[in-house]
Amino acid sequence: MSIKVDVKLDCKGLACPMPIVKTKKAMNDVESGQILEVQATDKGSIADLKAWSESVGHQYIGTKEHDGVLLHYIRKSGDDHEAEKKFEQTITNEEVIDRASNGGIILDVREEAEYAFGHIEGSRSIPMGELENRLDELDKDQEIYVICRTGTRSDLAAQKLAEKGFTKVVNVLPGMSSWNDDLTKKI
Amino acid sequence: MTVIKMTAAEVARKVIENQSLFILDVRNKDAFEDWKIEGHSFDYLNIPYFDLLDGVDEIIPQLPTDKDVLVVCAKEGSSLMVAEMVSEAGRDVFYLEGGMKSWSSYLEPIKVSDLTGGGELYQFVRLGKGCLSYMVISEGEAAIIDAVRFTEVFTNFAKEKNVEIKHVFDTHLHADHISGGRHIAEATGATYYLPPKDAEEVVFDYTPLEDGLTVKVGASQIEIGALYSPGHTIGSTSFIVDSKYLLTGDILFIDSIGRPDLAGLAEDWVGDLRETLYRRYRELAEDLIVLPAHFMIIEELNEDGTVAKRLGDLFAENHGLNIESEEDFRHTVTDNLPPQPNAYEQIRQVNMGKITPDTDEQTEMEIGPNRCAVR
Repeated sequence: MSIKVDVKLDCKGLACPMPIVKTKKAMNDVESGQILEVQATDKGSIADLKAWSESVGHQYIGTKEHDGVLLHYIRKSGDDHEAEKKFEQTITNEEVIDRASNGGIILDVREEAEYAFGHIEGSRSIPMGELENRLDELDKDQEIYVICRTGTRSDLAAQKLAEKGFTKVVNVLPGMSSWNDDLTKKI
Repeated sequence: MTVIKMTAAEVARKVIENQSLFILDVRNKDAFEDWKIEGHSFDYLNIPYFDLLDGVDEIIPQLPTDKDVLVVCAKEGSSLMVAEMVSEAGRDVFYLEGGMKSWSSYLEPIKVSDLTGGGELYQFVRLGKGCLSYMVISEGEAAIIDAVRFTEVFTNFAKEKNVEIKHVFDTHLHADHISGGRHIAEATGATYYLPPKDAEEVVFDYTPLEDGLTVKVGASQIEIGALYSPGHTIGSTSFIVDSKYLLTGDILFIDSIGRPDLAGLAEDWVGDLRETLYRRYRELAEDLIVLPAHFMIIEELNEDGTVAKRLGDLFAENHGLNIESEEDFRHTVTDNLPPQPNAYEQIRQVNMGKITPDTDEQTEMEIGPNRCAVR
């Protein structure tokens, strides 16, 4: 399946260092929090894009291969690291499976690519940016456990849901970046 | 200032002649820590090329002016980019042609010795990967042992020496590198020998390499004798060449011994390994010169670049030959094994003829050190 991204970059046929040189340049036009898909054929690009992303603070999400082309997914570093969380109802990662099993749902508000490369089995994906337009997919009376990578987007999403009249909303902290249990992939 | 190309052969001369070199390795940190160009007198700085995209000003003070600086990357492109930046900053600088890929493939033929009646013994040192192959030459004929996949190096060398390749041996089914043996035999009409116990799954024809087999290279003079010596694999076989040299394959190295686990049977084969190292080899003349199929660390190289040492000296100095209790031995060779070589299971499949990857895929499989030993 194809994964929804914000910007695509064609580096097919280019040898090292060009995939990274072009990715670095392309990142200037990507907004914080957006997903860049880098298409490359150089196998060395897997390790290098991962290491480069980590060294400059972008989030390397993963790589999949499709018809001999490597598709790398990188999320531009956002301001979601240290932001203060405002939504008051919270639970921890460890509690969420049990709590949600009583008729609640886990709502994953990360980008589709992040969800695709690893999510909690049974969780629903609605990226933060699409939430406002997709509220009708959710049930106001159901318990909704909102999760993202570090708790910041889910905090905003929880506030948004509460504002729209959802009453049983809980933010899950610290989020998927600290998730130690099994993950399901959809790539 | 200028950017100058340095070939893998030139780097090999620097290693063998113990020259100094400063290597600016611009691969990512994991790759560098896993595997790099080793030299007795080499210094290193590892900064990934992608950390230098905005400029090299910060590292210029760390580059020496009194020795050659060589920029190295995986395939060449990034080292050239960084070398140009260093050059623009006012320094003369070299880059490695073909990068680590070409370093991994380079073979340096070194003469080990003359043999009886005008024969010669050559060791082909693959410095980048630590593989050692051998060619025995006598009276217009040649035998090759443990050839790596760069078959033309061997066939061209035979042409230069005006000898016909008659026998090609693999001491065992290799797991760390792709063998060139079968292909050399096909190209030259030579006989290809493989130990049958390692060859149960192979999909091509071969001549069984059995204990006690002897072949003559040339009309009469040089004899190569096979000695069954299991442990690294169940079929592993050593050779005694001209009554002077013991080719140990991956059973015994200069500073380490073979690991028994690469075909997945460490527990079963540890007893064989013990038997080979502590009994069979003990019955051999201590003056035999051991010629292994690998070296692991640069310190194992002699001054002339060869990897060779008297068997008696190894009995005295090699830790793996001096573990008295069988129990301790078992622990040493099964408990604390280093990581397995890159893609070793695929490489075994290639050597069995089950898969036929293209050259790029073969290069990819062979990336990294050989890791056939346990110390």
